[in-house]
Formats: sequence, structure tokens, C-alpha cells
Amino acid sequence: MAWDISHLQALEAESLHIIREVASEFQRPVMLYSIGKDSSVMLRLAQKAFYPGPIPFPLLHVDTSYKFKEMIEFRDKMAASVGARLIVSSNQKALDEGANPFRLGTERCCGLLKTQALLDGLRAGNYDAAFGGARRDEEKSRAKERVYSFRDTLGQWDPKNQRPELWNIYNSRIEPGESIRVFPLSNWTEMDVWQYIHHEDIPIVPMYFAQEREVLVRGNSIIIPELAITQPRPDEKLQRMKVRMRSLGCSPCTGAIRSEADTLPKIIAELVAAKNSERENRVIDHDREGSMELKKREGYF
Amino acid sequence: MPAVAGVVDLTRFDVEEFLRGEESKDLLRFTTAGSVDDGKSTLIGRLLHDAKGAYEDQLKQAIRGGEIDFSLLTDGLRAEREQGITIDVAYRYFSTPKRKFILADTPGHEQYTRNMATGASTAELAIILLDASRGITTQSMRHAYIASLLGIPHIIVAVNKMDLVNYDQEIFQRLRAEFAPFLTRLGVNNAYFVPISALKGDNVVDLSKNMPWFDGHSVLHQLETVNTKLATVEAPFRMAVQRVVRPDMTFRGYAGQILSGVIRPGDEVLAQPSGRRSRVERIVTYDGDLKVAHAPLSITLTLADEIDISRGDMISAGPEPASSRSIEATMVWFNAQPLDPARHYLVKHASQMAPARVEAVEYRIDVNTLHAEPVTSLAMNEVGVVRLTAARPLFFDPYRENRGTGAFILIDRQTNATAAAGMIVAAAETGLESAADRLARLVRAVVPQGAHLNLPDEDEEAVAVVRDALKGILRHA
Repeated sequence: MAWDISHLQALEAESLHIIREVASEFQRPVMLYSIGKDSSVMLRLAQKAFYPGPIPFPLLHVDTSYKFKEMIEFRDKMAASVGARLIVSSNQKALDEGANPFRLGTERCCGLLKTQALLDGLRAGNYDAAFGGARRDEEKSRAKERVYSFRDTLGQWDPKNQRPELWNIYNSRIEPGESIRVFPLSNWTEMDVWQYIHHEDIPIVPMYFAQEREVLVRGNSIIIPELAITQPRPDEKLQRMKVRMRSLGCSPCTGAIRSEADTLPKIIAELVAAKNSERENRVIDHDREGSMELKKREGYF
Repeated sequence: MPAVAGVVDLTRFDVEEFLRGEESKDLLRFTTAGSVDDGKSTLIGRLLHDAKGAYEDQLKQAIRGGEIDFSLLTDGLRAEREQGITIDVAYRYFSTPKRKFILADTPGHEQYTRNMATGASTAELAIILLDASRGITTQSMRHAYIASLLGIPHIIVAVNKMDLVNYDQEIFQRLRAEFAPFLTRLGVNNAYFVPISALKGDNVVDLSKNMPWFDGHSVLHQLETVNTKLATVEAPFRMAVQRVVRPDMTFRGYAGQILSGVIRPGDEVLAQPSGRRSRVERIVTYDGDLKVAHAPLSITLTLADEIDISRGDMISAGPEPASSRSIEATMVWFNAQPLDPARHYLVKHASQMAPARVEAVEYRIDVNTLHAEPVTSLAMNEVGVVRLTAARPLFFDPYRENRGTGAFILIDRQTNATAAAGMIVAAAETGLESAADRLARLVRAVVPQGAHLNLPDEDEEAVAVVRDALKGILRHA
């Protein structure tokens, strides 16, 4: 008798265990929903974990106001279709003061519109556990992240002082004001995520599929100019080309790639051939050496 | 069929065929242990690189002096880069056309025994490195001991740096003859020895022309073919209830991950602690009911009878799990604050959490010599056998027989730190507390928090120390 299970079944089983454990041991869990492909997988796993019951926690989206329009439409549609309550958190004060990545630089902009808005949203809901879709294979500093990532009362991460994590037994003890971030997809790779989306027929934002778009080519980046702040400068002009997004973020800081991949199998084929890891097209990781680690210490996911 | 990044001719790439191949791949979790000098990082870098687990931009960052420094592929956090050593557990992901792999990369220094234990806890296979030019070190022995302690079912012993000893067959054979009996003493009988050079790539992915005398398989070949799932599935059925799913009055299901064994509708099951028996009615999943489910799937069971089951309960079939409040267990101490029998702990075992107390430390095991030494406490990175009592019964099997129901963690109630990892040996007789332990707890109740009492081992002397302390308190009161 063959008792082998596929890697996707093994990863799914582990993720369901994590999600159930958190929902049972914490008072006020919340799921960070970033609209991207990893969030789509995480949302499906949450549906599976509690089936035939409903997802017993709300979704929280940190909206910088610079997300693509198609992302926001997709977000609202998905929250309605899974029957989960959606909470949106923004740093309105910073936005009113004109915060954007060109004026502030990506590091400060992310700090205000992502990290601060996230921390504010978590505090406002008094959440003691927040699910995030981060994967350990995304970036070197994440390779050592725990599944339960402990945060102090200020939401900060201390890479030197992480709780050891053994077997599938997680330490859920925290004091009032402290919280954890939980990463149920810790052990998934980008390829696993795509294969699972394909295998399970999970809806994703259409921008992942290549289509003809008006784009702005600036340096090595292909920008989709949806916003006033990403319109072409006098010396630039728009071009038409077939592009898609490899990862979704804020429109000024997330570049598209040239691609013919307009179906899931084609995306997977493209990934197989890819020579660069996915975050290369995101400006923010390259701010400086080890920048992701710095952001995480401050509370970014 | 090409299945790795960077070498695919897209015009001839059949993605449907690729996906079918991918879906049939299983997952192997393995761990490596070794010190900076053993070339562990180089071996991992070589595996990642040759199996195309590293992306090109990561490779670019690892180039030093025109050549790839494989060790740089696996170094992580800032502080570690500064020190030039890895000091925590890092997880790496790669796949070959045959299998997907999760590697827990752990450091080899003595002070990081706890990290090694962490990496080993989920591993189905361990690679232990020996240095052909230096022979067997206490560190290699320690790694083997921890791998056996954490019950890793398969071990590869990679005898590295064969290039430094002219690929000499005799040196390899001598090291194997020395190390194998030691492994046997630890209960490891199926270790696979491979002579390698991580730096040159000999016998890592492909068999090397430099060692034609070696008639075995490469490290990667072993990783790709070893069968690791059987033991867990063949053990009796165990599932700890994580959550009762009750969306409405018509449905009541018990959600959990199968820790071991196989279950089918109609099977008789036992629920603990109630001791009630029932039959499995349905195995419910989002993707439809299952006719059979086995470890490690996460499922929801419904039972034929209404019996009282809640989170923390154990559902089992076949031979009953042991049920006891007191257990004897081997523990690896994790916390900077040493084990204190007077302190309050929590035990988290399967899906239940209960207050617990360490009744006694029976002995400490020196991880370098494997000698047992009488002690009254365990400090960080020390391993020992203890007697532990929980406020509620635990439902378990010995860790040697069942990793899923034999493992627990100990949490410090005051600091919430994960203080230790434990592996259950057996149920313990509910021993009488020693007078010293009992007094220490009494004193803690009246002495201001943070005060420390170093109690002598002898009860009589301990009583004298406590008497003096109490006198002091009364004088100040």
C-alpha cells in the first residue's frame, strides 16, 4: 500500500494545523489579506481549516491607497464570496500630508503607509495574532523566521530572541499587549504556491496574467501608470507592450515584467525558466543591504 | 524532461507533463549538522547550486574573487554575516525532478545544541559531517547523539574533504569502522556512509571519478530515494483534537491533524480522557468526504455517537495511548534560566496545555561523552532525564515509538519562554516530592519574586537553609 502523499498535500496539512491551532489558542486572531497570490492561497486554506464552518476571524487589508484598482476590486469580491468580514486600515494622516514614495523615498513611505498602518490596524482591533502570507524562501532573512513570530508591545521583531520551535508544537503564550505574527505558508515555495493555485483552481487577481497594457519604462522598471504620481515626465512617453505582474504591491513601486504568460500553465512554465527570484522586481528590498531584515525589526511583515 | 530553473528550452517544454510530474513529487525534510570548519555550508551551497535550488541573483551575491563561495548562499541574518557563522536554524527549499526538499540548516557549536534539536525535530533524515582530514571529533558525536535523541529515522554520514586526503579509500574505511559502532550504541543501525568533497562536488550530486573504489550512491541519490513515511503510517491511529467544528445544530466534527496511523469510516475509536468509544461516521474535508485518511493529513471526523469531546482530547484506534499525569522524559533545556523544580511551568503536548512541575532531575547526559551525571538542574543546551507531573493526564506513546504523541514543549509560566523540549520515555510512578523541592515551593510563595534560593541536595541541609531564610523574612515583617 502506498501511503505517500504529494508535497502539496503535506504542505496543506501542515498549514491547516497551524491555522486551527491559532484560531483555538488566541482570543482575537485576524488574517492579513494583501490580495496577492499568497493571500489567495492562505484564504483558501482558512476555508478548508474550518469547513463546513465559516472562517472564524476577520480579514485585515492594509491599504496604502497606491494599490492597483484591479486589486481593490478583487479584494472586495473575494471577501464577499468567502463570507469573511473585511477590515481596511490606512494611515490617513500621512496620506493627507501627501505621503508618497517619490517624496519620501520607498523606505520612509513603506514605514508610514504599510508598517504604521498595519500596527495601527492591529492595535485598533486589539488583535493578538495576525496571519501573514510570507514564505521563508522569499528572501534570506526570512529563512530563519518562525511560524509563530513573537512581537513585543510595540510590534517589533527581535531576530536574536526568537522562541525555539519544535515539531508541530507551538508556544502560544503572550502577555496583554504582545502579539504574534503567524506564517502558515512558511514552508511553501513560490512554485508550490502556483502549483496549488493551479491544482485547486483558486481565483487570483487578473494582473498576474499577461495582457497588452500602456506602460512607462523607467530604467529597469516597467511601471503601470494608474496614478497621478506615475504619469510620464515630459521626456518620457508611454509604450504598449504585453506585461504581467510577478508580485503585487503598490503601483509606483512594483514593476511589471514583459511576458506572454496569459494562462496559469504558461505562468508556471515562465517561472520554471525564470532566472531571477521574484522579489527582484520590487524596489523596496534593494534599498540597502539587509533592508528586509530592518523593516521586519520595525514591524513590517 | 527538464524540471529545473535556467536550463529549460521553452519551445519544447510541455507544461502539462511538467505539472503531472510535479504533483507526484513527495516532500522530504532533512537536517544537517556540522561546524564552520566541516564544510557544512559548502555542502548545502553545492546541493542548492547543483540541484538549481539557488536563484541566479542569490548566486551573484555569493561570488567572491570570481568564484562562487557556496557557504555564502546559506548565511542569513546581519549579525551572523558579521560574525561569519550561522547561529540559528535556517530553512532552505529546493527540488529535483524526483522530490521536493526542506532543509533545516543548523549550526554545530556546542552552545547551539538547542538549535540542532529544533532542526532535528521535524527532520526525517540527517546528514552528519565527518572531516576526513581531522577524524572523528566530539562535535560529530554530539550531532549523531542529538539526531538519535530526536528520533530521526535516517542518517547519512558524509565523510567530507576527501580531496585533502588524496581520495584515500583506507581513510574512509577507517573512519566508517570507528564511527559505525558508536552509531549502533545510539540505536542507529541504518546509517549510510558516503565519501565526499563538498568543495569539489565529489559524490554530492554525481558519483565521482576520483573515488572509483566507492560502490555506493551519491548524497543526493540517497536524499531522493530514501523512504521515510512508513513508520508514522504503520503506527496506531492517533489524532489530537484541535477544535470542535460546530457550524449549526446538525453538525459536530472534531478537527485535527493525524499524528500517526490510518483511519476509515466505521473504525472504532477511543476518546480520552472520557474513555468513551464510538465509530467514525465520516472523514470530512473541504474537498469532499474521504474513504481513508492517514498521517499527516489534517481532517475533521464525525462520530456515530454523541460523546463529550473537546480541544486537547485524544482520539485513537488500536492499542490505547498511555494515560498519566506523571511522565519520565528526556529534555533538552533551551532557556537561559536553568531548570528550577520550584518553578511553575506549562507543558504543551499534542493539542493540550497544562500546568506542570518538574519533580526531579534524574540525571544529566554529557552530550560529548554520553555519560550520565547526577544533577539537580539543567542549564541551557543541557540534556537530561526528568520526572514531570502535569495537572491533567497526558495521552501519549513513548517518543521512540511515536514522535507525534511522544513530544512536548515546556513553557516558563512567568516569562512565557519555551524552556525545554521533551521526549517522553514512559509513564512515571507518581513519586513523592523530596522535602527540598516541597520547601522550595513553599518558600517561593512567601519570598519576594526574583529571590533565588540555592538549595543543597541533602534534604536536611535544605531544611536548614529554608529555616534561616524564613527567619530572615519574619524579622523583616
